Amino acid sequence: MLREMGRASIADLFRGVPAGLRLNRLLDLPAALSEAEALDHFRLLADANATRVSSFLGAGAYDHFIPTVIDTLISRSEFYTSYTPYQPEITQGTLQAIFEFQTLICELTGMDVANASLYDGSTAAAEAVLMAERVTGRSRVAIAANLHPEYREVVDTYIRNAGIAAQTLPTDAEAGTLAPGPLEDLGPEVAAVVVQSPNFFGGVEDLTALAEATHRAGALLVVVVAEGLSLGLLRAPGACGADVVCGEAQSFGIPLSFGGSYCGFFAVREKYQRQLPGRLVGQAQDTQGRGGYVLTLATREQHIRREKATSNICTNQGLYALMATIYLSTLGRRGVREVAEQNLQKAHYAAGRVAALGGHRLRFTAPFFNEFVVTCPRPAAEVLDRLRGRGIVGGLPLSRFFPEMTHDLLVCVTETAPKAEIDGLVDNLKAEV
Amino acid sequence: MKATTHISQNEGLIFERSRAGRVGYRLPALDVEAAPAAELLGPALLREDDLAGLPEVSEVDVIRHFTRLSTWNYAVDYGMYPLGSCTMKYNPKLNERVARLEGFAAAHPYLPDALAQGNLELLKRLEECLAEITGLPAVSLQPAAGAQGEMTGLMVIRRCLETRGRARRRVLIPDSAHGTNPASAAICGYEVQTLKSNARGAIDLENLRRVVDEDVAALMLTNPSTLGMFEENIEEICRIVHEAGGLVYMDGANMNALVGVTRPGDMGVDVIHLNLHKTFSTPHGGGGPGAGPIAVTAELEPFLPLPRVAGEPGALRLDYNRPQSVGRVRAFHGNFSVLVRALCYILSLGPDGLREATETAVLNANYLAHHLEPDYEVAVDGQPMHEVIFSDKRQSKHGVHTLDIAKRLIDYGFHPMTIYFPLIVPGAMMVEPTESEGREELDLFIEAMRAIAREARETPELVKGAPHNTRIGRLDEAAAARRPALRYRAAKA
Repeated sequence: MLREMGRASIADLFRGVPAGLRLNRLLDLPAALSEAEALDHFRLLADANATRVSSFLGAGAYDHFIPTVIDTLISRSEFYTSYTPYQPEITQGTLQAIFEFQTLICELTGMDVANASLYDGSTAAAEAVLMAERVTGRSRVAIAANLHPEYREVVDTYIRNAGIAAQTLPTDAEAGTLAPGPLEDLGPEVAAVVVQSPNFFGGVEDLTALAEATHRAGALLVVVVAEGLSLGLLRAPGACGADVVCGEAQSFGIPLSFGGSYCGFFAVREKYQRQLPGRLVGQAQDTQGRGGYVLTLATREQHIRREKATSNICTNQGLYALMATIYLSTLGRRGVREVAEQNLQKAHYAAGRVAALGGHRLRFTAPFFNEFVVTCPRPAAEVLDRLRGRGIVGGLPLSRFFPEMTHDLLVCVTETAPKAEIDGLVDNLKAEV
Repeated sequence: MKATTHISQNEGLIFERSRAGRVGYRLPALDVEAAPAAELLGPALLREDDLAGLPEVSEVDVIRHFTRLSTWNYAVDYGMYPLGSCTMKYNPKLNERVARLEGFAAAHPYLPDALAQGNLELLKRLEECLAEITGLPAVSLQPAAGAQGEMTGLMVIRRCLETRGRARRRVLIPDSAHGTNPASAAICGYEVQTLKSNARGAIDLENLRRVVDEDVAALMLTNPSTLGMFEENIEEICRIVHEAGGLVYMDGANMNALVGVTRPGDMGVDVIHLNLHKTFSTPHGGGGPGAGPIAVTAELEPFLPLPRVAGEPGALRLDYNRPQSVGRVRAFHGNFSVLVRALCYILSLGPDGLREATETAVLNANYLAHHLEPDYEVAVDGQPMHEVIFSDKRQSKHGVHTLDIAKRLIDYGFHPMTIYFPLIVPGAMMVEPTESEGREELDLFIEAMRAIAREARETPELVKGAPHNTRIGRLDEAAAARRPALRYRAAKA
């Protein structure tokens, strides 16, 4: 090839790089591994993680059963080695799947329009705040104290330089859900009230009441859903009056994978569809009247609008939105409901048994879905250390995010926990009394 | 000829397959005592629609449905995907296998550090590799994508300048830049000042000296530029910005031209983001997930986002106590499943393999440039690196434009190149073959492009009506945007 081009050497092709900048050595990296060696190497690393424990961790990342068909289908090269569908004639598969994803998210959340997905639940929450500021022209945001603390940190990062100030709405000490009082007093500058339901402590919020109070102040209600499967049972936030419903679709067939990649979703009322961040797929027709799908309303986006775009995002989580779409199709109307029901029942069975132990008690009184807070008779970190010695990861010590909650433990029970494992947790907690 | 038409299955929406009572799953029987949901939650909190909008389908329905959809896509595994700036290289299958190992895939992000030593070691090793590759000592793997890397990098710059005294007001961005650059700068509270590129798409040094002042926080530049040329004056550019107290951000979208050959840190760059889904072979997935780690100088390390991996192998931990950090840019610890794949790529290629990949990518682009020059106008003179930009100047005379050429390529069995970008080249066609293509595939592409050039002269209507062999023709995007239909709604019974 070089000869054909009349070039003497490969180095000749790099003559644009000043000689002083050329690396005249190999990179200081390990020598290449064969396939067998690389596989061994990664197996060793993977095995250095203890994943075969009895785990009751949730807190924004949920262990749910993943049907085999998902990996079968997303392993098709046509899906995972394809690019963003900018050329609709040869990416109708991706485009139609995203259209189905958008529809499924609308159905679950009770909203009119959903985008093609965002990075994760936390950045979806941050984008919702930025959108609320655009829509209302107001520059304050009121955020529930029981929003996932990492989501809150992300929102704070995104708004720091955007001229938006945040205030915190306190949690009712007894119920664990938002205290109603402060909502009556939002003031005229609040663009959005951001609440999570089920909240970080597992409690289900009274969204209808929150929507009324929020709208009285002329603000948007942003409902964040970190546990998507709760929507299988709980009234759709859209039916409660939410203006934006966003969150995390990880529960829909996406592996835990140490926290990523996940899949944020974002749904709004129709009147805000031109203010949405991220990609959107819509129906279109060709010159012969044949129907298909295209990326649409692109004039909101960075490649057209540059610094005036609704967001800097340039991608979605295509393959992971596809996973969620396959999950929601496979489980379908009956399955999503049944999985949600099993989560509810198992979590309540566990909570009931823990509460009956004496010594441990349930911290909050609000209704919950599959997570609840246990107050231990001694520091939660100590309790967890001893449980771990018996192969149980008993939950998340809340002191990690709330230093004053020294004795509190966030416990998540999903459909993947057999009764025997739940009983194992309870029996071991009993020893801590 | 690379492609022939064949039967393509038709398929409606999954909702249209739905039949009442059909299921595609079986759960284990509930093994605890159950109480009515209305009792546990209260009736006011329950859904009332019984999820009527979700489909009811069998497992075979699901498999047929999505398999049929998949066949409507073009993919890297079908052939060359010459999207300039996107680096559509082959996605090694081993990477897919290791990312699915149970120890990675089943790890909860809040596993105690002691139970996640393998993951933490993997993150640390990837950080070390990327530091060596970029020549910048500190790496954060947190950003979820290139655009988020840009945002994070600019926040790091802002924090650093605040610490030095003042955040400053403006970010300089060449007119050839990706649209994410100005959008990211805006999120960080900076005004964007657009720099006009010179005739070769490079930074005009005189102009740069004129506009750099004490209000300039940073210059964001892409190197090689989006015209595929190495920024020859990069050291001088960095010096000019640094002398005025600003910092240099490099968009690493085109890093596939540089790995193992030259390092941004050695050029004087302060921050770079890397697109692991481009340079480091992780799949694009039809539009994500990717990952956009950033690498920075030692001075900027304290400002990197939370958390950071700290400690020594065997006792690694996630460090959240970093008071100078810009904060958190996403939940948990980055797009871990993408990071696993990228490390597997780096370790599989090794230092010589990485350099060879770069050399081959540049060789391939030059080979295409050499053979297509007789038929297509090259946008700028000079030595292309990993991609080459043509324009439709010659074909326009026959009424055939870039969009038509791109669509006609589809009929020849190729995915089109990137079109109408960079914005500074009218009718731009940006071709990036990557190192994955052998000479035979490149020759097929050259043949197709030559044939299209001939058609543009002799039968322009054929090109203007393309594609002819796809399931659907060109879609009316303007009508779609005027009256958006963004979801399916069941017909009312």
